[in-house]
Amino acid sequence: MDNRIEKRIELKAPVSRVCRAITDYREFGEWFRVKLDGPFVAGKLSTGHITYPGYEHVKWEALVQKIEPERLFSFTWSHPRSIEKANYSGDFASDPKTLVEFRLEKTAHGTLLVLTESGFESVPAEWRLEAFRRNDGGWAEQMKNIERFIAR
Amino acid sequence: MPRNRNRRGPVERSGVRRREQAQVFAALGDQTRLALVMKLADGHGHSISRLTRGTRLTRQAVTKHLRVLEGAGMVRSARAGRESVFEFNPRPLIGLKEYLDRVSGEWDQALARLRDLVER
Repeated sequence: MDNRIEKRIELKAPVSRVCRAITDYREFGEWFRVKLDGPFVAGKLSTGHITYPGYEHVKWEALVQKIEPERLFSFTWSHPRSIEKANYSGDFASDPKTLVEFRLEKTAHGTLLVLTESGFESVPAEWRLEAFRRNDGGWAEQMKNIERFIAR
Repeated sequence: MPRNRNRRGPVERSGVRRREQAQVFAALGDQTRLALVMKLADGHGHSISRLTRGTRLTRQAVTKHLRVLEGAGMVRSARAGRESVFEFNPRPLIGLKEYLDRVSGEWDQALARLRDLVER
């Protein structure tokens, strides 16, 4: 099984514009819904907190790996066991981490953005279940899951 | 040598996974047990008497089916006083793929917001 996520989207904007939206901490924060404490610096921990409604208690912590202007931006971040307020105990040092990479490529009409997230092997099965409970109606979801499982 | 180990690792793991899946399939491949799973999946603990009520099954039959589900890891039991209480454990049904689907959906939403930002 492929333990990674890959997204390819073409954006109608120049590479420089997309690069800024990804690497400028204020712009990143706007679309990612996170309030960052300061600019991204390669090799440094980026801190802040999530602004997504209902998840404002969740800390943002990511270790910036590479910043190659208009080409590549990458960081590792953690997958806490639960992000629900009652059970949240995010700890960057000990939580399992995945690597997120944004690659940019110029195209005829704008920019191709390739996003990958890898390293999910390190997230324990029990934690995955916790994440699955995140949304309301988790049990109804569970039943659909059983149906899917039976069907495959 | 490390290369060989790496190559063998996932194969062994997927073998175990297949065995577990076969067990889950076998456990669900029975109308009575499927009905029991549906009842248990409400997220509450159920006693054997509660699971037997409204069915034509005997306590013994229900117990036997519960043990099969327990063997497949889909049911957990705990003692509550004199009775055993059974709970649904969906973990064997939730693989890596479902977790990735979830994270993947979150990225779709974030990237849609990124698109709005750079294309406006």
